[in-house]
Amino acid sequence: MSKIQEHRVMLKYADDPEQATLAGYRHNGGYKALEKALESMTPDQVTEEVLASGLRGRGGAGFPTGRKWQFVPETDKPKYLAVNADESEPGTCKDRQIMELDPHQMLEGSLLCCYAIGAETAYIYIRGEYPHSIKATERAIEEAREAGLVGKNILGTDFSCDVWVHPGAGAYICGEETALLTSLEGNRGYPRIKPPFPAVEGLWRCPTIVNNVESLACVVHIINNGAEWFKGLGCEGSTGTRLFCVSGHIARPGVYELECGKFTLRELLEDFCGGTGTGRPIKGVMPGGSSFQVLTPDELDCTFDSDSVQKAGSSLGSGAIMVFDDSVSAVEVALNIAEFYSHESCGQCTPCREGSDWVRKLVARFCRGEAREGDIELLMDVTDRMDGTTICALAEALVWPVQSYVRKFRSEFEAGITRRAAEHEFGGFSKPVESVP
Amino acid sequence: MSVTLTIDDRQVTVPEGTTIWDAACQAGVEIPVLCHDPKLRPVGVCRMCAVEVEGARVMAAACVREAEDGMVVRTATEKVERCRGMLTELLLSEQPKQSPKEATTGDDKLFELARAYGVKVRLPQGNSRPQDDSSPAIAVDHQACILCDQCIRACNDIQNNDVIGRTGKGYTTRISFDLDNAMGKSTCVTCGECVAACPTGALINKEIEVPLRPREQLKTVPSVCPYCGVGCAIDYHVDEKENKVVFVDGRDNPGSGGRLCVKGRYGYDYTAHPHRLQTPLIRVDSAYPKGPLSAAVQSSTGEYEGKRKRKRKPGGIVDYDEVMPAFREATWDEALDFAAQRLREIKEQHGGGALAGFGSAKCTNEEAYLFQKLVRAGFGTNNVDHCTRLCHASSVVALLEMIGSGAVTTTFGDIKNADVALITGTNTTSNHPVAASFFKEAARAGTKLIVVDPIRTGIADYAWRFIQIRSSTDVTFYNAVMHVIIEEGLVDEAYVQKHTYDFDKVKESVKGYTPDVAAGICGVPAEAIREIALAYGRARAAVTYWGMGMSQHVYGTDNCRCIISLCLMTGNMGKHGAGLHPLRGQNNVQGASDAGLIPMVFNDYQSVADDAIRAKYEKHWGLELDPKPGLTMVEIITGALEGTVKGMYMVGENPFLSDPNTNKVRRALANLDFLVVQDIFLTETAEFADVILPSSSALEKLGTVTNTDRRVQVVRPVLTPPGEAREDWRVICDLSTRIGYPMPYEHPEEVFQEMIELGGAYKNLTYENLGLSGKLYPCDDPENSDGTVVMFGDGFPTENGKARFVPVQQSGPEELPDEEYPFVLITGRMLEHWHTGVMTRRSRTLDAIEPEAIVEMLGEDLQKLGVVEGDLVQVSSRRGSIRLKARETHRMQPGSIFIPFHFREAAANVLTSEKLDPDGKIPEFKFSAVKVERVVAGAPSERRAASGAVRRR
Repeated sequence: MSKIQEHRVMLKYADDPEQATLAGYRHNGGYKALEKALESMTPDQVTEEVLASGLRGRGGAGFPTGRKWQFVPETDKPKYLAVNADESEPGTCKDRQIMELDPHQMLEGSLLCCYAIGAETAYIYIRGEYPHSIKATERAIEEAREAGLVGKNILGTDFSCDVWVHPGAGAYICGEETALLTSLEGNRGYPRIKPPFPAVEGLWRCPTIVNNVESLACVVHIINNGAEWFKGLGCEGSTGTRLFCVSGHIARPGVYELECGKFTLRELLEDFCGGTGTGRPIKGVMPGGSSFQVLTPDELDCTFDSDSVQKAGSSLGSGAIMVFDDSVSAVEVALNIAEFYSHESCGQCTPCREGSDWVRKLVARFCRGEAREGDIELLMDVTDRMDGTTICALAEALVWPVQSYVRKFRSEFEAGITRRAAEHEFGGFSKPVESVP
Repeated sequence: MSVTLTIDDRQVTVPEGTTIWDAACQAGVEIPVLCHDPKLRPVGVCRMCAVEVEGARVMAAACVREAEDGMVVRTATEKVERCRGMLTELLLSEQPKQSPKEATTGDDKLFELARAYGVKVRLPQGNSRPQDDSSPAIAVDHQACILCDQCIRACNDIQNNDVIGRTGKGYTTRISFDLDNAMGKSTCVTCGECVAACPTGALINKEIEVPLRPREQLKTVPSVCPYCGVGCAIDYHVDEKENKVVFVDGRDNPGSGGRLCVKGRYGYDYTAHPHRLQTPLIRVDSAYPKGPLSAAVQSSTGEYEGKRKRKRKPGGIVDYDEVMPAFREATWDEALDFAAQRLREIKEQHGGGALAGFGSAKCTNEEAYLFQKLVRAGFGTNNVDHCTRLCHASSVVALLEMIGSGAVTTTFGDIKNADVALITGTNTTSNHPVAASFFKEAARAGTKLIVVDPIRTGIADYAWRFIQIRSSTDVTFYNAVMHVIIEEGLVDEAYVQKHTYDFDKVKESVKGYTPDVAAGICGVPAEAIREIALAYGRARAAVTYWGMGMSQHVYGTDNCRCIISLCLMTGNMGKHGAGLHPLRGQNNVQGASDAGLIPMVFNDYQSVADDAIRAKYEKHWGLELDPKPGLTMVEIITGALEGTVKGMYMVGENPFLSDPNTNKVRRALANLDFLVVQDIFLTETAEFADVILPSSSALEKLGTVTNTDRRVQVVRPVLTPPGEAREDWRVICDLSTRIGYPMPYEHPEEVFQEMIELGGAYKNLTYENLGLSGKLYPCDDPENSDGTVVMFGDGFPTENGKARFVPVQQSGPEELPDEEYPFVLITGRMLEHWHTGVMTRRSRTLDAIEPEAIVEMLGEDLQKLGVVEGDLVQVSSRRGSIRLKARETHRMQPGSIFIPFHFREAAANVLTSEKLDPDGKIPEFKFSAVKVERVVAGAPSERRAASGAVRRR
C-alpha cells in the first residue's frame, strides 16, 4: 500500500451515475456555493475568497485565478467568461472527467465567476473531439436553465447569466486563450498580441476572463468551504487538490486527484503508479504535458508541487504526466513533439511558422541518421532564436522540450550524425548552411 | 496625455497610444519591418520589429505595442539582432531562385533587408508552393509570399473588398482568394491594391506594354486618372524612349488617398494602341454619299447574319482595314483650312444656328472653355453641349432650381461623418470604385448605408437596408419617405424656416403618398419605407449620393427634386456628414459644366439669356453673342436628322454609341452636310466624318480637371502625342483662328485665368497653388487650405438666399412593358469598361477581363426563355435589335435585364428611346420595354458544357 492516497474533492461523486444530472448534483450538495454567494456575498467577496485560497490556474500557466479576476476593469462594456474546455495538450484528459461525470460542477463554478466579475454571458469552448463532454455540458445547461439556475434572475436574485457551449473544430491553438477568443468571434483561431490581456480587452474587445474547467470546479469548493480550508490542502504555491493524468509506460495509468507537496515525483510514479510496468527502468518523464522539459531518472526526487518541479527544470503544466522507459529513443520522442507542434503551429507569425518546420526537419534528420556535424549546434541555435519572439507560447512549447532532449540525451543525437554527412561543412545562421531536406 | 520612454538611451515623449515603432521613428531610431505600413492596421506578425522591453520575458512587436511611461526599450541588442538575422534567413530560404520583384521593379523589401543586414542567401532556395497566373493583371507567386498580411489588409481594410484571406495552417499557410480559388476565378476586382502593398515578389503587376523596371530608371509624372469623376491621383512611371507607361502607382492625395481601381491602375495602355490616329484625315470622294463604314455601325445585328464576309469574327473593336480606305491623309494646314472653310460656308449660308458642337468631359477645363468659346464666338450659336446631358443634366437642373448651385455640397469622403448615407441609383462599386471603397469603409465604421435601387448593386451588399424598388417608382418612394418624416414630426422646422421656402407645397403634395400606397407601387413593404424614413429623419447627419439611376429618366429631374426636398426638410445641409452629392461620371464632367459646355450658360452657370452677363462676355470676347439658349445634345441630333443642323464639330464624343436610339443617330449623322471629328481613335461616329483631326489623350497634355468633389487638379503630360497628333486646346485655337475668330493662347493657364476672370468659382486658384493635390473649389485661402468640403452652411446662392422646395408627382415611364416587349431594360456600365469602350477595349488588361457584350438577367428568366449562360440571345425593342451573350446574375429583379453600353457590336442604345426629360433634356436610358429571344438551337444541357466559364460577381 502506497503512502500516497487520493484526496477526492472535485471527483468525490464521480462514481455516482446520478451526479451528472441536476437532481443528483443537488442531492450531493450541488449549487450550495452559488446559493451562498448570491445570498450572502458581494461579487468582490467572492473574488477575495478565491484570491485568498491561493488557487492557481489549472490550464498550464498557473496564474493566480483571483488576481486574474481582479484585472477586470470597471467599465460599462459587457463582460464575459470564456471557459477554456479546449483540452488539447497531449496527455491531458482531466477536464473531460469533470465535464462528462460532473458537468454541473463546472457550470456552478462558471456562474460563480460570472457573478464575481459581473458577466452576464459565459461561453464554454469545448474541444471538438469531446462529443460526450459537449453533450453532457449542453444537457446540464438545459437542466439548469429550466431550474432557474441559468438565465434571467438566477435563484430569484438580480443576477442574470446565460451560458452557451461553443464546440471547437480541432485546432490545438484554440486552447491558447486569445486564439480561443478569436475563434469564438467566428474568425480564424489566431492568437492575439498581449497586452492588452483578455481580462482588459477580450471577446469583442470587452473584458473577458478565460478560465480552465478545473480552476472553476475548484471555485465551487472554495466558496463552500472557505479559502482557509482550501489552503489547508496541498502546500504553499500548490494549494487545494489537483487532477493529474498519468500515462505512457506506467503500470497504473489514470486520472488522480492528489494533494501536492506531500511526496516526491519518484514516489508518485514508482509507488503509487507502480513503475513502468514493462520491467524496464524509467528513461524520461514529462511532468506537465509535452510542452515542458523532460526530466531524467536522476531528477525525479523533487517534491511533487509546482515550485519544486519548476526548480528541477520543468513544470507541472496542465497536469499530464507522461512516462517512457528505456526502450524508447529520445530522438524519436523529440521528433514526435516537433511534429505535433509544427503541425499545430497556426502559421500567423514568422518565427513559429517557418522555425517550427525547420526544427521538425532537423530532428527528422537525426532520426534518420542523416544529420551533419554541427546540426546539434544548429538545432540549438534555431530554437534559441525562436524563444521569446513569437505572438503566443506555442513556439516555446516546441523549443523548450526539444532543447531539453538535446541537452539530456545528447549522445543519442550525436549517434544520428552520419559519417557521410559529417564530411559536409556545417553552417548556421551566421555561417553557410547546407540543405535542410 | 503624453508618455516619456527611453529607446536605445534616447528619451522621447509621445502622445499616449503611440506605438513603440512610431515613437522610435520620432526618436530617429530605425526599426526594420516587413508586415507594417503606417497606412495599415498593425498586426505584428512578421516579428521583424520585435524589440526588448526591460522587465519583460519575451520581446514585443514595436509596431503594435503601445509606448508606456518609463518604458525602457532596446532595439539593437544581440538578442534582437539574432532574431532579425534568423527571420531574414528563414524567409529568404523560402524565396524562389529569382524573386519576381527583384527581377522587375527591384523594390523587394525582404531582399533590401537582407542586404542591409548582410544576410546572404546561402540556403537552397525555393519551395513547393504554387504560382497562380490566372489573373490577367496580377501574377501571384506563393513561393515569394512571406505572409505579412499586407495584401489582406489592403484588400479588406483599404479597398474593403474582402477577397484575400489565409488558408492552411502552420508551414502550409498561404494567402487565398475567396475560398482558396485561383485569383482570376475569384471575386477579385483587380484593383491592384494588394500589389501596391506587397513587400515581396508574391504579388506583382504583369507586364502590359514594356517590361517592368525599377522606378529610378523611369520618369515619374504625377497626374490624374482619365476615367471616372473620382479623379484619383496617379504617379505614372514612363519609359521615355518608348513613350509608353510602364506601370502606375496610386498617389496619396486628400480625395483618393492613394487608392485606385482596375481602370486607373491597368487601363492606361490605350494611349499607345496602334489604332491611335497620327495624321489628319479627309474623306475621299469615293466615300460619298456619307454613311457608316464598318459592319457593326451599318447594322446593329448585321454581322451575325453573315452579310459582311470579310469580317474575321464577330465582335471586338473596329477593323481599320474596313474603314480607313474611306479617308486619305492630309497635312494639318489642309485639314484645318478645309474644315474652317466648310464650317464658315454653312454659317454664311444658313446662319450660326445651323452649326453645333459637342465638347467632351474627357478634355480639360481649359479645352472645354475654349470649345464653348469657339462655338459661341466663332460659330455664333449656343448649340454646344456635352455628355453631361446624358448623365447628370437632370440633377443639375434640379439643383440649380432648388439650391442655386449644380455642384456637390459635400465630398464622397465626408460619408465618414454621416450617421446615415442614402445611396440611390448608383452602381458605385463599378462606376466609382474608389468612392465606393470609402462608402464601404464608413459602413464598417458604423454609418448606416441605405441603398435604394432596382438592381442589387455591389454596394447593396454593404447596406444596412437595401430596398429593391420597382424600376421608375422613385418619386413615389421618396414622397412616401417624406410623408412619414412629416407625420412623425422629424422635419427640421428651424432649418426649413430659416433657409427654405415653399415647404408647404411639398407637404401638401406628399399627403397622399402613405407608405401603404407606396408599398403597392414600389413593390417594397410599407414597414421598410417607414424604417428608412425614421432612420434618415432621426440621423444627426444624413448624406445622399446618387447617380444615373436617378437622373437618366424622362422624369429624372423629378427624381432629383425629391431627394433634394428630403435633404432640405431634415436640415441635412451645411454640416459635415450631410448634404447632396450626385456622383459625376467622367473625370471632368464637373469641370466641363463649370467651364460652360452647356447650351444655356457660360462658364460658372451664367445664363446666356441674361443681358448683363452676355454684355460682360461680349465686351471681353469682343463681339456680339447669340442671346438664345442653344439646343441640347439629343435636340442637336434631331436637328441633324431634320436638316436644321448642318455642320458639326465634335471633340472626344461618340454619340453613335452613347446617344439613345442608335438607328436614328445613324441617319442623323449621315444627314449632316459637314462633320469634323477630333478624337484619338477612329470612332463609330468618325465613320461619318468629313474631316478627322488626331488629338491627344488625357495623358498627353497640360491642364486642369475637376472631379466629383469639386477638386480642381492639374493633369500633366505623361507621354508625347503620337505622330502629328496635337493637344486638343491647340487644335481648337487653330480652327477658331482659321474660322475668323483668333485665339492666340500660348499656355493653358492663360485660359484658366480667363475663366476665373469671367466667372468666380475657381477664384484664387493657380496651377502653382493647385500643386500635386489640387484644391476643392471654392477656395479662399489656397496657401493654407485644401478648399471647401461642406457648402451652404449659411444660405444658398439664390436670389433670396433660400432654397426652394419643388413638389413633384409620380409620372410613368414613356414605354411600359407589354405582351410583346415584356422585359424592362436598364442600361449602364461595367467595372472594367468605360462608356463607348473606345479606350478600355483598347486596354489589354481590361479587354481580357471583359472581352464581349453581355446581357445580365436572373436565372429564372433565362430558364423561362430556355437559355443558358453563354448562349447568344437577341434583345429587341420597338427601335431595333441586338445580339449578345446571356449572363446569369442574382442582382436583377424578375423581368428586368441589364445591358452595358460599351460594345459597338451590340450597342445597347439601339434599343433605347430618345424621349427626353422636359427639364433636364436627358433621355430615358434606365427604362425601355424589350423582348429577349434565344438565337441558337439545341438542348440547354448540351450548350452549357460548350459555353465555358463566365466570371461571376
